[in-house]
Amino acid sequence: MFPEQLNVPLGKWVNQFVDWLVINYGTAFEAFADSLLTILVALEQLLRGAPWWLILIAIAAITWHASKNWKLVAGLVIAMFVIGTLGLWDKAMQTLALMIVATSLSVVIGVPVGIAMAMSNRLRAIMLPVLDTMQTMPSFVYLIPALMLFGLGKVPAILATVIYAAPPVIRLTDLGIRLVDPEVLEASRSFGASRKQILFGVQLPLALPNIMAGINQTTMMSISMVVIASMIGARGLGEQVLMGIQRLDVGAGMEAGIAIVLLAVVFDRIGQAYGKRSQRTSSAEDGQ
Amino acid sequence: MSYIEIRNIFKIFGPDPNAALELAKAGSDKEEILAKTGNTVGLHDVSLSVEQGETFVVMGLSGSGKSTLIRHLNRLIDPTAGQVSFGGEDILSMDIPTLNAFRRKRLGMVFQRFGLLPHRNVMDNVAYGLEIQGTDRKTREAAASKWIDRVGLAGYEAKFPDQLSGGMQQRVGLARALATDPEVLLMDEAFSALDPLIRSDMQDELMKLQAELHKTIVFITHDLDEALKIGDRIAILKDGKLIQVGRPEEIVLNPADAYVQAFTRDVNRGKVLRARSIMEPIKPASGTDGFSTAHVVRYDTRLEDILPVALGSDTAITVTGHDNHPIGTIGKKQILDALSVHSND
Repeated sequence: MFPEQLNVPLGKWVNQFVDWLVINYGTAFEAFADSLLTILVALEQLLRGAPWWLILIAIAAITWHASKNWKLVAGLVIAMFVIGTLGLWDKAMQTLALMIVATSLSVVIGVPVGIAMAMSNRLRAIMLPVLDTMQTMPSFVYLIPALMLFGLGKVPAILATVIYAAPPVIRLTDLGIRLVDPEVLEASRSFGASRKQILFGVQLPLALPNIMAGINQTTMMSISMVVIASMIGARGLGEQVLMGIQRLDVGAGMEAGIAIVLLAVVFDRIGQAYGKRSQRTSSAEDGQ
Repeated sequence: MSYIEIRNIFKIFGPDPNAALELAKAGSDKEEILAKTGNTVGLHDVSLSVEQGETFVVMGLSGSGKSTLIRHLNRLIDPTAGQVSFGGEDILSMDIPTLNAFRRKRLGMVFQRFGLLPHRNVMDNVAYGLEIQGTDRKTREAAASKWIDRVGLAGYEAKFPDQLSGGMQQRVGLARALATDPEVLLMDEAFSALDPLIRSDMQDELMKLQAELHKTIVFITHDLDEALKIGDRIAILKDGKLIQVGRPEEIVLNPADAYVQAFTRDVNRGKVLRARSIMEPIKPASGTDGFSTAHVVRYDTRLEDILPVALGSDTAITVTGHDNHPIGTIGKKQILDALSVHSND
């Protein structure tokens, strides 16, 4: 047995810290939560309010824009249609809204953090273990304090999703910038380009394929988080899976599971198509 | 004072450059410093002057510090100790905005693996330097078009670098460096990655351009033949130290040490040596009579072009100077001496 005198009451300290946060900054957290909620609710209303065929047309248009491939467009439209036939359209739209907000937030936070990491080896050394922790820490652990700070519902679900899903876009932004050919950077510097001109004119454009791959992974991870998020009151497809588990209704769980997979496939293919497009900017002009 | 002045440059790479610098200044060599301090000496007390309008070649093998040296001229690398000045202006004391303005206006650089921006087409690559300067689109594309045309790439404006061959990519690199009309062209092993035939074409192209433009060119190479072909003067680096500086013929005829001589042994002397440096000079007092007028070569004729003349002549060939007066003679002995490697030992 490990001697008890050496026990560190870390759990107790964390509890005290969270209590202190809730007591002193509760209102600030609420204000932040409210603004996030406003955006999410507006998006959710838009997606759920729009006629189903309009959503299908939008998906088709985005897919066409990304891939210029009719087969892919048809496949993805059918996938979305199947979600509708499973009777899960409305819930899928709720999940979609949650996913879009969480992914956007991840990208808005993740890309600048990734850039900063690429610029500073010290920051990178600090961030890598933090990212590892974000990805390996069981999500329930941070769901509880999130609940205490933001209450039950969509906002803690989004934050939990961001914590879980942001690391890939951060890592791949960092990697993409670090992989830029040093001779190209030297060339740019030798012409007197400022740091800003190098970042926006050379590093980010050349890192774009990697950043797109990161965004794609982030999207996938945020979809996979929706089931867990439903446990703290986020609505959507995850809620249906949870209900299936609670009622031992294998069929209902399976339906919701299939819908989640289909949604993931749709966004994965769209993301990949954009990734490929950013990789070969020149191939678009090849036809000339 | 020369246009570009490099004074006592030391560059030390490693965890503690200053400790190593003390040793280097005290005369320790590269291996000793590496063993004692774990630092690598990149450049060891290098001083050079480059005149305006000349093509100055720095030759050395890999690890000799030549690429490090050229990067000191636009401060892509800062020295551990020493001074670099352009036209009397100390570039090491420049702050970042001043340095960037200096790089934009006065320098152009060409890279071994081209360093082209892969996401931009030929036009936008060539216009890049002007874009950095903030020139408007119309002006910079007009200038870029002119240079694309000049390096023989008209019609390729919309192509991307990965759609071009190596030689064409380096033409883009050259056009890009020239488009800002810089005073100085820095060329870091610019033709080393090209096939031999293309390389020779590019060398000719560069010499043709230089005959018109009179830029100051600092050219880095590991290839002595290339150095001898395009260089007005050549500096030879070894292990970060300067071994010899001189005109191509001086390097070939009077190698400073065994290292340089080992290089020059395989040189095609016919292409390097000129009448002036192999002739037997005429004493000014001896007048201008009694010289063959049938077999005459100018002072700057290459040895390879003298040979056919010599074959057709039984007597010595007359060499004439700037004003077409005889300044020397070349007989069979001089030709044999020039062609034999050990003649100057």
